[in-house]
Amino acid sequence: MNKLEAIEELMKRAAGDTLIVCCNGMIGRELFTAKNRPSNFYMIGSMGLGLSIGLGLALAQPNKKVVVLDGDGNVLMGMNVLASVASEAPKNLWHVVLDNQTHSSTGGQRTISGQVKLEQVALACGYRSAYRTTAPDTFGAALDRAFAEAGPSIVLGTVESGNLKGIARVEPSPPELAEIFAKEAQK
Amino acid sequence: MSHGKAGPSFAPELVSALKTAGFNFFAGVPCSLLKGLVSTLDQDPDAHYVSATREDSAIGMAVGAHFGGKLPMVLLQNSGLGVSVNALASLSTMYAIPTLLVISWRGEGGNDAPEHILMGEIMTPILDLLKIPHRVLTSKEPMLPQITWAKETMLAKKYPVALIVPGGILE
Repeated sequence: MNKLEAIEELMKRAAGDTLIVCCNGMIGRELFTAKNRPSNFYMIGSMGLGLSIGLGLALAQPNKKVVVLDGDGNVLMGMNVLASVASEAPKNLWHVVLDNQTHSSTGGQRTISGQVKLEQVALACGYRSAYRTTAPDTFGAALDRAFAEAGPSIVLGTVESGNLKGIARVEPSPPELAEIFAKEAQK
Repeated sequence: MSHGKAGPSFAPELVSALKTAGFNFFAGVPCSLLKGLVSTLDQDPDAHYVSATREDSAIGMAVGAHFGGKLPMVLLQNSGLGVSVNALASLSTMYAIPTLLVISWRGEGGNDAPEHILMGEIMTPILDLLKIPHRVLTSKEPMLPQITWAKETMLAKKYPVALIVPGGILE
Protein backbone atom coordinates (compact mmCIF):
# COMPACT_ATOMS: atom_id res chain seq x y z
CA MET A 1 0.00 0.00 0.00
CA ASN A 2 1.35 3.42 -0.78
CA LYS A 3 0.62 6.44 1.40
CA LEU A 4 -1.93 7.92 -0.99
CA GLU A 5 -3.93 4.67 -0.99
CA ALA A 6 -3.86 4.68 2.80
CA ILE A 7 -4.98 8.31 2.93
CA GLU A 8 -7.83 7.52 0.51
CA GLU A 9 -8.99 4.66 2.76
CA LEU A 10 -9.04 7.08 5.70
CA MET A 11 -10.83 9.85 3.80
CA LYS A 12 -13.54 7.44 2.55
CA ARG A 13 -14.46 6.96 6.21
CA ALA A 14 -13.99 10.52 7.49
CA ALA A 15 -17.35 12.26 7.74
CA GLY A 16 -17.39 15.96 6.86
CA ASP A 17 -17.27 17.03 10.49
CA THR A 18 -14.44 14.66 11.47
CA LEU A 19 -11.53 16.87 12.48
CA ILE A 20 -8.17 15.70 11.15
CA VAL A 21 -4.91 16.98 12.60
CA CYS A 22 -2.10 16.07 10.23
CA CYS A 23 1.59 15.85 11.09
CA ASN A 24 4.28 17.70 9.20
CA GLY A 25 6.35 16.24 6.37
CA MET A 26 5.18 14.51 3.23
CA ILE A 27 1.98 13.14 4.80
CA GLY A 28 0.50 16.62 5.18
CA ARG A 29 1.28 17.47 1.58
CA GLU A 30 -0.20 14.15 0.45
CA LEU A 31 -3.38 14.76 2.43
CA PHE A 32 -3.60 18.29 0.99
CA THR A 33 -3.25 16.81 -2.51
CA ALA A 34 -5.63 13.85 -1.97
CA LYS A 35 -8.43 15.69 -0.17
CA ASN A 36 -8.08 19.22 1.08
CA ARG A 37 -11.01 20.26 3.30
CA PRO A 38 -11.62 22.91 6.00
CA SER A 39 -11.68 20.22 8.72
CA ASN A 40 -8.04 19.33 8.03
CA PHE A 41 -5.31 21.01 10.06
CA TYR A 42 -1.89 20.92 8.43
CA MET A 43 0.92 21.21 10.96
CA ILE A 44 3.80 22.28 8.76
CA GLY A 45 6.49 22.69 11.45
CA SER A 46 6.87 21.52 15.06
CA MET A 47 7.57 17.88 14.27
CA GLY A 48 6.29 15.48 16.90
CA LEU A 49 3.49 17.73 18.18
CA GLY A 50 0.55 16.66 16.00
CA LEU A 51 -0.72 14.20 18.59
CA SER A 52 -0.57 16.80 21.37
CA ILE A 53 -2.61 19.21 19.22
CA GLY A 54 -5.15 16.43 18.61
CA LEU A 55 -5.28 15.66 22.34
CA GLY A 56 -5.93 19.29 23.29
CA LEU A 57 -8.62 19.49 20.62
CA ALA A 58 -10.29 16.22 21.65
CA LEU A 59 -10.45 17.44 25.27
CA ALA A 60 -11.80 20.84 24.22
CA GLN A 61 -14.45 19.39 21.89
CA PRO A 62 -15.50 16.07 23.45
CA ASN A 63 -18.46 15.67 21.09
CA LYS A 64 -16.38 15.92 17.92
CA LYS A 65 -14.51 13.05 16.32
CA VAL A 66 -10.79 13.88 16.20
CA VAL A 67 -8.32 11.93 14.05
CA VAL A 68 -4.58 12.51 14.20
CA LEU A 69 -2.90 11.48 10.96
CA ASP A 70 0.69 10.80 11.91
CA GLY A 71 3.91 9.31 10.58
CA ASP A 72 6.48 7.05 12.21
CA GLY A 73 9.08 9.82 12.50
CA ASN A 74 6.58 12.08 14.24
CA VAL A 75 5.40 9.37 16.65
CA LEU A 76 8.98 8.51 17.58
CA MET A 77 9.85 12.16 18.17
CA GLY A 78 6.76 12.84 20.28
CA MET A 79 6.46 9.46 21.94
CA ASN A 80 5.80 11.09 25.31
CA VAL A 81 2.37 12.16 24.06
CA LEU A 82 1.24 8.52 23.67
CA ALA A 83 1.39 8.41 27.47
CA SER A 84 -0.58 11.65 27.80
CA VAL A 85 -3.24 10.38 25.40
CA ALA A 86 -3.56 7.13 27.35
CA SER A 87 -3.70 9.02 30.65
CA GLU A 88 -6.38 11.48 29.52
CA ALA A 89 -8.13 8.70 27.53
CA PRO A 90 -10.40 10.82 25.31
CA LYS A 91 -13.04 8.56 23.75
CA ASN A 92 -13.19 10.83 20.69
CA LEU A 93 -9.55 10.50 19.59
CA TRP A 94 -8.23 8.10 16.95
CA HIS A 95 -4.54 7.94 16.05
CA VAL A 96 -3.86 6.84 12.48
CA VAL A 97 -0.18 6.21 11.76
CA LEU A 98 1.36 5.66 8.33
CA ASP A 99 4.63 3.85 8.93
CA ASN A 100 7.16 3.71 6.08
CA GLN A 101 10.19 3.41 8.37
CA THR A 102 11.71 6.49 6.78
CA HIS A 103 11.95 10.26 7.11
CA SER A 104 10.48 10.90 3.66
CA SER A 105 10.71 14.68 3.50
CA THR A 106 14.40 14.84 4.40
CA GLY A 107 15.64 12.31 1.87
CA GLY A 108 14.37 8.91 3.01
CA GLN A 109 16.74 8.28 5.91
CA ARG A 110 15.73 5.31 8.06
CA THR A 111 13.75 5.69 11.25
CA ILE A 112 13.79 3.03 13.97
CA SER A 113 10.15 1.97 13.61
CA GLY A 114 11.35 -1.27 12.02
CA GLN A 115 12.66 -2.26 15.45
CA VAL A 116 10.02 -0.53 17.58
CA LYS A 117 6.38 -1.50 17.10
CA LEU A 118 4.65 1.81 17.62
CA GLU A 119 1.14 0.39 18.06
CA GLN A 120 2.51 -1.87 20.81
CA VAL A 121 3.99 1.17 22.56
CA ALA A 122 0.58 2.87 22.40
CA LEU A 123 -1.13 -0.25 23.74
CA ALA A 124 1.41 -0.57 26.57
CA CYS A 125 0.78 3.09 27.47
CA GLY A 126 -2.94 2.33 27.76
CA TYR A 127 -4.70 3.04 24.45
CA ARG A 128 -7.99 1.12 24.36
CA SER A 129 -7.14 -0.69 21.11
CA ALA A 130 -4.36 -1.05 18.55
CA TYR A 131 -4.23 -2.39 14.99
CA ARG A 132 -1.35 -3.05 12.57
CA THR A 133 -2.09 -3.70 8.89
CA THR A 134 -0.24 -3.73 5.59
CA ALA A 135 -2.78 -3.72 2.72
CA PRO A 136 -5.49 -1.20 1.73
CA ASP A 137 -8.39 -3.60 2.42
CA THR A 138 -7.14 -4.69 5.85
CA PHE A 139 -6.20 -1.07 6.68
CA GLY A 140 -9.74 0.00 5.75
CA ALA A 141 -11.24 -2.82 7.82
CA ALA A 142 -9.09 -1.83 10.81
CA LEU A 143 -10.25 1.80 10.48
CA ASP A 144 -13.88 0.58 10.41
CA ARG A 145 -13.36 -1.41 13.59
CA ALA A 146 -11.49 1.36 15.36
CA PHE A 147 -14.02 4.07 14.44
CA ALA A 148 -16.83 1.83 15.75
CA GLU A 149 -15.13 1.69 19.16
CA ALA A 150 -14.32 4.34 21.75
CA GLY A 151 -10.86 5.86 21.52
CA PRO A 152 -8.10 6.34 22.14
CA SER A 153 -7.24 3.85 19.46
CA ILE A 154 -4.25 3.51 17.14
CA VAL A 155 -4.42 2.14 13.60
CA LEU A 156 -0.98 1.69 12.08
CA GLY A 157 -0.65 0.99 8.40
CA THR A 158 2.73 -0.02 7.04
CA VAL A 159 3.24 1.81 3.74
CA GLU A 160 5.85 1.85 1.00
CA SER A 161 8.67 4.34 1.28
CA GLY A 162 9.57 6.75 -1.49
CA ASN A 163 7.83 9.91 -2.57
CA LEU A 164 4.88 10.03 -4.94
CA LYS A 165 4.84 12.33 -7.96
CA GLY A 166 2.61 15.40 -8.26
CA ILE A 167 2.39 16.17 -4.54
CA ALA A 168 1.54 19.84 -3.91
CA ARG A 169 2.67 22.11 -1.10
CA VAL A 170 0.12 23.33 1.41
CA GLU A 171 -0.86 26.75 0.10
CA PRO A 172 -2.66 29.01 2.59
CA SER A 173 -0.52 30.88 5.13
CA PRO A 174 -0.24 29.31 8.59
CA PRO A 175 -2.54 31.88 10.29
CA GLU A 176 -5.11 31.27 7.54
CA LEU A 177 -4.85 27.48 8.03
CA ALA A 178 -5.39 27.95 11.76
CA GLU A 179 -8.43 30.18 11.27
CA ILE A 180 -10.09 27.90 8.73
CA PHE A 181 -9.65 24.89 10.99
CA ALA A 182 -10.68 26.61 14.26
CA LYS A 183 -13.93 27.74 12.61
CA GLU A 184 -14.73 24.13 11.66
CA ALA A 185 -13.68 22.79 15.04
CA GLN A 186 -16.07 25.13 16.85
CA LYS A 187 -19.11 24.57 14.58
CA MET B 1 18.37 32.62 46.75
CA SER B 2 14.79 33.26 45.79
CA HIS B 3 13.87 29.57 45.68
CA GLY B 4 11.92 28.26 48.65
CA LYS B 5 10.95 31.57 50.29
CA ALA B 6 8.35 31.21 53.01
CA GLY B 7 5.20 33.31 52.86
CA PRO B 8 1.62 33.22 51.73
CA SER B 9 1.03 31.67 48.33
CA PHE B 10 -0.86 33.80 45.88
CA ALA B 11 -1.80 30.69 43.88
CA PRO B 12 -5.49 30.65 44.92
CA GLU B 13 -5.82 34.34 43.98
CA LEU B 14 -4.08 33.70 40.67
CA VAL B 15 -6.29 30.71 39.80
CA SER B 16 -9.38 32.71 40.71
CA ALA B 17 -8.13 35.55 38.44
CA LEU B 18 -7.44 33.10 35.61
CA LYS B 19 -10.96 31.72 35.83
CA THR B 20 -12.50 35.20 36.06
CA ALA B 21 -10.56 36.18 32.94
CA GLY B 22 -11.95 33.14 31.11
CA PHE B 23 -8.97 30.79 31.02
CA ASN B 24 -10.40 27.28 30.78
CA PHE B 25 -7.65 24.96 29.56
CA PHE B 26 -4.61 24.25 31.71
CA ALA B 27 -1.60 22.07 30.99
CA GLY B 28 2.01 22.04 32.04
CA VAL B 29 5.03 20.52 33.68
CA PRO B 30 5.66 21.55 37.30
CA CYS B 31 8.38 23.57 39.01
CA SER B 32 8.93 23.91 42.76
CA LEU B 33 8.37 27.66 42.36
CA LEU B 34 4.92 26.84 40.93
CA LYS B 35 3.92 24.07 43.30
CA GLY B 36 1.06 26.05 44.83
CA LEU B 37 -0.29 26.85 41.40
CA VAL B 38 -0.09 23.23 40.23
CA SER B 39 -1.80 21.84 43.34
CA THR B 40 -4.52 24.52 43.25
CA LEU B 41 -5.27 23.80 39.60
CA ASP B 42 -5.04 20.04 40.02
CA GLN B 43 -7.50 20.04 42.93
CA ASP B 44 -9.98 22.36 41.21
CA PRO B 45 -12.81 20.29 39.71
CA ASP B 46 -13.67 23.10 37.26
CA ALA B 47 -10.11 23.51 36.00
CA HIS B 48 -9.15 20.30 34.25
CA TYR B 49 -5.34 20.35 34.48
CA VAL B 50 -3.40 18.13 32.08
CA SER B 51 -0.19 16.92 33.68
CA ALA B 52 2.02 16.88 30.59
CA THR B 53 5.37 15.12 30.34
CA ARG B 54 7.19 17.71 28.21
CA GLU B 55 6.63 21.43 27.99
CA ASP B 56 6.52 21.53 24.18
CA SER B 57 3.79 18.88 24.25
CA ALA B 58 1.80 21.03 26.69
CA ILE B 59 2.13 23.91 24.22
CA GLY B 60 0.84 21.63 21.46
CA MET B 61 -2.16 20.72 23.64
CA ALA B 62 -2.83 24.43 24.17
CA VAL B 63 -2.89 24.94 20.39
CA GLY B 64 -5.45 22.14 20.00
CA ALA B 65 -7.51 23.55 22.86
CA HIS B 66 -7.47 26.96 21.17
CA PHE B 67 -8.81 25.38 17.97
CA GLY B 68 -11.58 23.89 20.11
CA GLY B 69 -12.53 27.34 21.44
CA LYS B 70 -10.70 27.31 24.78
CA LEU B 71 -8.51 29.98 26.32
CA PRO B 72 -5.33 28.09 27.21
CA MET B 73 -2.63 28.50 29.83
CA VAL B 74 0.60 26.49 30.02
CA LEU B 75 2.82 26.44 33.10
CA LEU B 76 6.47 25.49 33.00
CA GLN B 77 9.88 25.94 34.56
CA ASN B 78 12.22 28.14 32.53
CA SER B 79 14.26 25.03 31.69
CA GLY B 80 11.15 23.98 29.76
CA LEU B 81 11.32 27.19 27.75
CA GLY B 82 14.48 25.74 26.25
CA VAL B 83 12.62 22.54 25.41
CA SER B 84 9.82 24.59 23.85
CA VAL B 85 11.70 26.99 21.57
CA ASN B 86 10.70 25.17 18.36
CA ALA B 87 7.08 24.64 19.46
CA LEU B 88 6.86 28.39 20.03
CA ALA B 89 8.78 29.36 16.87
CA SER B 90 7.16 27.03 14.36
CA LEU B 91 3.73 26.41 15.93
CA SER B 92 2.29 28.94 18.40
CA THR B 93 3.77 32.11 16.93
CA MET B 94 3.65 30.97 13.28
CA TYR B 95 -0.04 30.01 13.42
CA ALA B 96 -0.90 33.07 15.56
CA ILE B 97 -2.20 31.15 18.58
CA PRO B 98 -2.89 33.16 21.76
CA THR B 99 -1.44 31.23 24.71
CA LEU B 100 -0.59 32.29 28.24
CA LEU B 101 2.77 30.94 29.38
CA VAL B 102 3.39 31.00 33.12
CA ILE B 103 7.13 30.48 33.46
CA SER B 104 9.02 30.13 36.73
CA TRP B 105 12.29 32.02 37.07
CA ARG B 106 14.85 29.60 38.38
CA GLY B 107 18.36 31.06 38.44
CA GLU B 108 17.17 34.62 39.00
CA GLY B 109 20.10 36.84 39.89
CA GLY B 110 22.58 33.99 39.39
CA ASN B 111 21.74 32.58 42.80
CA ASP B 112 20.48 29.02 42.40
CA ALA B 113 21.59 25.46 41.67
CA PRO B 114 24.18 25.25 38.85
CA GLU B 115 21.80 23.80 36.27
CA HIS B 116 19.59 26.90 36.53
CA ILE B 117 22.18 29.68 36.32
CA LEU B 118 22.56 30.15 32.56
CA MET B 119 18.87 29.67 31.74
CA GLY B 120 18.00 32.13 34.52
CA GLU B 121 20.17 34.67 32.71
CA ILE B 122 19.04 34.00 29.12
CA MET B 123 15.32 33.40 29.68
CA THR B 124 14.11 36.95 28.99
CA PRO B 125 16.47 37.37 25.99
CA ILE B 126 15.00 34.14 24.54
CA LEU B 127 11.46 35.51 24.99
CA ASP B 128 12.57 38.78 23.37
CA LEU B 129 14.08 36.89 20.41
CA LEU B 130 10.79 35.01 20.02
CA LYS B 131 9.02 38.42 20.17
CA ILE B 132 6.88 37.13 23.05
CA PRO B 133 5.64 39.94 25.32
CA HIS B 134 6.44 39.25 28.97
CA ARG B 135 6.08 40.69 32.44
CA VAL B 136 7.28 39.60 35.84
CA LEU B 137 4.42 38.60 38.13
CA THR B 138 4.42 40.56 41.38
CA SER B 139 2.62 39.97 44.67
CA LYS B 140 2.65 43.72 45.32
CA GLU B 141 -0.28 44.12 42.94
CA PRO B 142 -3.54 42.16 42.70
CA MET B 143 -3.41 39.16 40.37
CA LEU B 144 -6.43 39.98 38.21
CA PRO B 145 -5.04 43.10 36.47
CA GLN B 146 -1.82 41.21 35.69
CA ILE B 147 -3.80 38.32 34.17
CA THR B 148 -6.04 40.76 32.32
CA TRP B 149 -2.97 42.42 30.77
CA ALA B 150 -1.74 39.01 29.59
CA LYS B 151 -5.12 38.01 28.18
CA GLU B 152 -5.73 41.28 26.37
CA THR B 153 -2.20 41.32 24.95
CA MET B 154 -2.30 37.73 23.67
CA LEU B 155 -5.74 38.16 22.09
CA ALA B 156 -4.88 41.53 20.51
CA LYS B 157 -1.56 40.29 19.12
CA LYS B 158 -2.72 36.69 18.43
CA TYR B 159 0.50 35.52 19.99
CA PRO B 160 1.79 33.82 23.13
CA VAL B 161 2.42 36.02 26.17
CA ALA B 162 4.53 35.13 29.20
CA LEU B 163 4.15 35.88 32.89
CA ILE B 164 7.44 35.20 34.65
CA VAL B 165 7.14 33.95 38.21
CA PRO B 166 9.96 34.65 40.69
CA GLY B 167 10.30 32.58 43.87
CA GLY B 168 8.00 33.06 46.82
CA ILE B 169 4.75 33.96 45.06
CA LEU B 170 3.12 30.74 43.88
CA GLU B 171 4.82 28.11 46.03
